[in-house]
Amino acid sequence: MIVLAFLAQTLRIAIPYLFAASGGVISERSGLIGLGLEGYMLGGAFCGALASYYSGSPWLGLLGAIGGGAVLALLYAATAIRFRADQVVVGIAINLLVTGATRFFLRLAFHSSANSPRVPGFGSEQSGTGLSSLVSNPLIWLGIIAVAVMGWLLYRTRFGLRVRASGEHPEAALSVGVPVNRVRYIAAALSGMLAALGGAYLALDQHQFSAEMTAGRGFIALAATIFGRWDPLRAALACLFFAAAETLQIQLQGAQIVPSQFVEMIPYALTIVALAGVVGRAVPPAALGRASE
Amino acid sequence: MRRTLEEAVLPAFVALLVAAVVGDILILSFGQNPGSVYRILIDGTWGNAYGFGQVLYKATTLTFTGLAVAVGLRAGLFNIGAESQLAAGGFLAALAGLVLPMGLPALATLPIYLVAAAAGGAVVGAIPGALKARFGAHEVITTIMLNFIVLALLNYLTAAHLKVEGTLHTAEIHAGALPRLSSMIAPFHGSAANVVLLLAFVTAAAVWWFLFRTRRGFELRATGLQPAAAEYGGVNVGGVWWRTMALSGALAGIGGLNYVLGYKHYYEESFASGAGFLGIAVAIVGRNNPIGVVLAAFVFATMSQGGLAVNAVVPKQIVDVLQAVVIIAVAASVPEVRRLARSSA
Repeated sequence: MIVLAFLAQTLRIAIPYLFAASGGVISERSGLIGLGLEGYMLGGAFCGALASYYSGSPWLGLLGAIGGGAVLALLYAATAIRFRADQVVVGIAINLLVTGATRFFLRLAFHSSANSPRVPGFGSEQSGTGLSSLVSNPLIWLGIIAVAVMGWLLYRTRFGLRVRASGEHPEAALSVGVPVNRVRYIAAALSGMLAALGGAYLALDQHQFSAEMTAGRGFIALAATIFGRWDPLRAALACLFFAAAETLQIQLQGAQIVPSQFVEMIPYALTIVALAGVVGRAVPPAALGRASE
Repeated sequence: MRRTLEEAVLPAFVALLVAAVVGDILILSFGQNPGSVYRILIDGTWGNAYGFGQVLYKATTLTFTGLAVAVGLRAGLFNIGAESQLAAGGFLAALAGLVLPMGLPALATLPIYLVAAAAGGAVVGAIPGALKARFGAHEVITTIMLNFIVLALLNYLTAAHLKVEGTLHTAEIHAGALPRLSSMIAPFHGSAANVVLLLAFVTAAAVWWFLFRTRRGFELRATGLQPAAAEYGGVNVGGVWWRTMALSGALAGIGGLNYVLGYKHYYEESFASGAGFLGIAVAIVGRNNPIGVVLAAFVFATMSQGGLAVNAVVPKQIVDVLQAVVIIAVAASVPEVRRLARSSA
């Protein structure tokens, strides 16, 4: 029973990571750095809560989140591709933009700079660690499906091949007729939508949007993308691992064996270790961050 | 020469124009008059001594973090870690302050504080530099990850060992805290501006001298322009990488003195509060030139303080949005302006 509760909570924590890391994988494999994931997630959480509030349906909330994430990601892609702006700079600016804009529009829509009123969501609110509430939340299933679909898309479809070619060698891809920039726009939009679903999961699970509620989860997803070496399945395993560490920390809180701050460090420290190549080197897509002609 | 000046100034001009349009739309969406909101913003910043003092205070930290990022970019390195380097600098300075005996004159303690703050930032900066030189690990990712790690570590040390009970800050330091500007110029009363501002100007001048008048600075810039060519020309590129990141971190770290030594006289959890990230914006808008960095620091400091001034009329987060718009617009127009300048030549 304890094991089951542990797994349930791990999955619960992992779902937003699974969505966002799937988005991170496709964005980076196409050559676009995924620094804006945090912003897409927060934007998705806000748009999801807003759409759910005004429509009364969490499903329309999801649509709103997808739309918001896509708009943000396309803004990023347009500046990076059409205007050849530095991807790192714009990625960071997107996060700043969304942090400010969600708070601004929170006050405009709900006259509060901290949180939204209660919005329709999935499952009942009190369900803390219960397994039944977990399986009844459609986003849990969607998150798992997203990983599988991303693996299939990237390795089993023509589009996936084009994405990988655009990220490894855009000039060669162009020379054989791959519309690199169009592929990158689509990959960016997909990453925005996926990360936004991760954010929407947070808002609809808590039946509320609160300012900066993603709290760095987009960066953990980015860490999982890198730690998983830009592979959907391995990134998903990294997400589960990071989530398991968090769960362990939450359950051991009373015991005070390891200070929580050290558990927080795990995803980031492992990512640095992976990049430094101490145990098997993580090699990014060759054209990551580089604009194509 | 004229064209390079245009290339440097035009993107910032375009960005401010775009930001003004977006700002108008946001203000109108809140049912307010853009003209009067901008007037409140100017009155609350440059229009009175207190507001201007706050601008000076904010510009001080931003000058340091902006210089830190700019030095990195000159070497082709993107230091996203200024946030944690700033915090680490402030932290070590506060630690030094707790150890130093009371009653020492500021002139004797200032060098110690400087070294402590610079060392704190330099260590945090040197790690990603060395990881890049040794393993080729990309500094953008490692500095971001280190931000989280270092801030968590500092939070732990403060919370577990150093904080004054019931607060999130360390005990106050007594040895050689620096005077505020208000002690010399009375109208600044209440504002946080302090003499670290002068240190910021001196540092900007020193960085300019280093970059453009010394051999090490030349090697740094050569590495940034074309690492392979620099290597061929006899520059140890790996060495430049980690030294530059250490220098960049040290500059951000010294910025911690503004809060710790000049304003509050203690280290507090999350005192950096985004100044490190805004340093990226300051460096980009200032085009990695120390003079440009100082000017850009004042622009962003004015916006930050202006947000507080207008908060009663429109949410202060309008400023975060506009700052982001400025960054995106500059980043998007720099390559465009360069292309136009080349094609018209």
